[in-house]
Amino acid sequence: MLNVGAITEGFVLDHIKAGKSMTIYHDLKLDKLDCTVAIIKNARSNKMGKKDIIKVECPIEMLDLDILGFIDHNITVNIIKDEKIVEKKELKLPERIVNVIKCKNPRCITSIEQGLDHVFVLTDPKKEIYRCMYCEQKHRNSK
Amino acid sequence: MRHLMSPLDFSVEELDKLLDLANDIEKYPDKYAHVCDGKRIATLFYEPSTRTRLSFEAAMMNLGGKVLGFSSASSSSAAKGESVADTIRMASCYADIAAIRHPKEGAPLVASMVSSIPVINAGDGGHQHPTQTLTDLLTIRSLKGRLDHLVIGLCGDLKFGRTVHSLIEALSRYAGVYFVLISPEELRVPSYITEGMRQDNIPYKEVERLEDAIPELDLLYMTRVQKERFFNEEDYVRMKDFYILDKVKMELAGPDMLVLHPLPRVNEIAVEVDSDPRAVYFKQVQYGVYVRMALILTLLELEV
Repeated sequence: MLNVGAITEGFVLDHIKAGKSMTIYHDLKLDKLDCTVAIIKNARSNKMGKKDIIKVECPIEMLDLDILGFIDHNITVNIIKDEKIVEKKELKLPERIVNVIKCKNPRCITSIEQGLDHVFVLTDPKKEIYRCMYCEQKHRNSK
Repeated sequence: MRHLMSPLDFSVEELDKLLDLANDIEKYPDKYAHVCDGKRIATLFYEPSTRTRLSFEAAMMNLGGKVLGFSSASSSSAAKGESVADTIRMASCYADIAAIRHPKEGAPLVASMVSSIPVINAGDGGHQHPTQTLTDLLTIRSLKGRLDHLVIGLCGDLKFGRTVHSLIEALSRYAGVYFVLISPEELRVPSYITEGMRQDNIPYKEVERLEDAIPELDLLYMTRVQKERFFNEEDYVRMKDFYILDKVKMELAGPDMLVLHPLPRVNEIAVEVDSDPRAVYFKQVQYGVYVRMALILTLLELEV
């Protein structure tokens, strides 16, 4: 079994659906960070069979994890300080999602103005519905 | 500073105030003739819309103000690739308030985010057309005396008609309204709207024939049923007359029922109906000017 050592300060994102880690790597913009990141794919899991794990060694205020709530509620976020788990962060749906998903409405202003941020706003937390801030089109994955 | 993007941007109380102001303008136009002396409205119309643009321009001129702008994208710098944000930044230097019509949904919101002057959404694709809704509300309130406790028939293309969707949303905030949705099955109101009505306990029914619904209505809001919206020719031929309002159908209506239409009318209301005192769609155009005058004053925070 592959071993990845403990981190001093940062995050361990556990119980990521197998195969999803690279998407999350990009959504969290980890490629832009100058810090150690370990991506473990297809780790054995009693609960899930297979899972992915991401370990990020960085000061804990450096990452905005709200987007994870949108990607997958079931991810466990462990916040590490001095090599110990100091907090298990509960994931909430973010109020706004910027430049993670794109509006697919061909009539939306974002379809012709490339410089605009793609912003989705949580309009119905119960049904987890996100709508484009500009044209109010529902995001397709919304339930 | 405030903008107007959606008819629901105003609370019921704010809306009442706006409609009161519009009625005062109707009664005492001279009082308002010079309120906007020295002010300018920029009408930035990226697609042609004669009625809406003229209505805004007439509104500003009635207030003593001046008008500048363009009436199609080809005659603006959008043709050279200028963004909406840059165009409104430019217009902000020339004018005190702007009305934007754009074929792309959300374009006026983009403008409002960077603008230093109030921005009015004058229609963005199939999304919103708030000044049409304000016009409809003023017409109904002025001629019916109220916006609550009304049986409202909406007839025609209820699927794609944004004016219908906005009007339902706006009137749903008043007590005792009952919607009668008259359309062919293919052109019914989208399910997200009926779901919302059910959730908010707003009573409605869906019917296929105008004749069946007309006797119980306090007002009838007509829209056009376009041939190309039908899946097959046979259905179109079978149903097209269901949605044409003529003298015979008007005889089935109550003496106080009002007929509204956002215009342009093609053939969905027979010309013979125009002389019926219950047909108020041309009065509606006049109310459109009053409500836009009230809106300009409100957004410019000018008091008389």
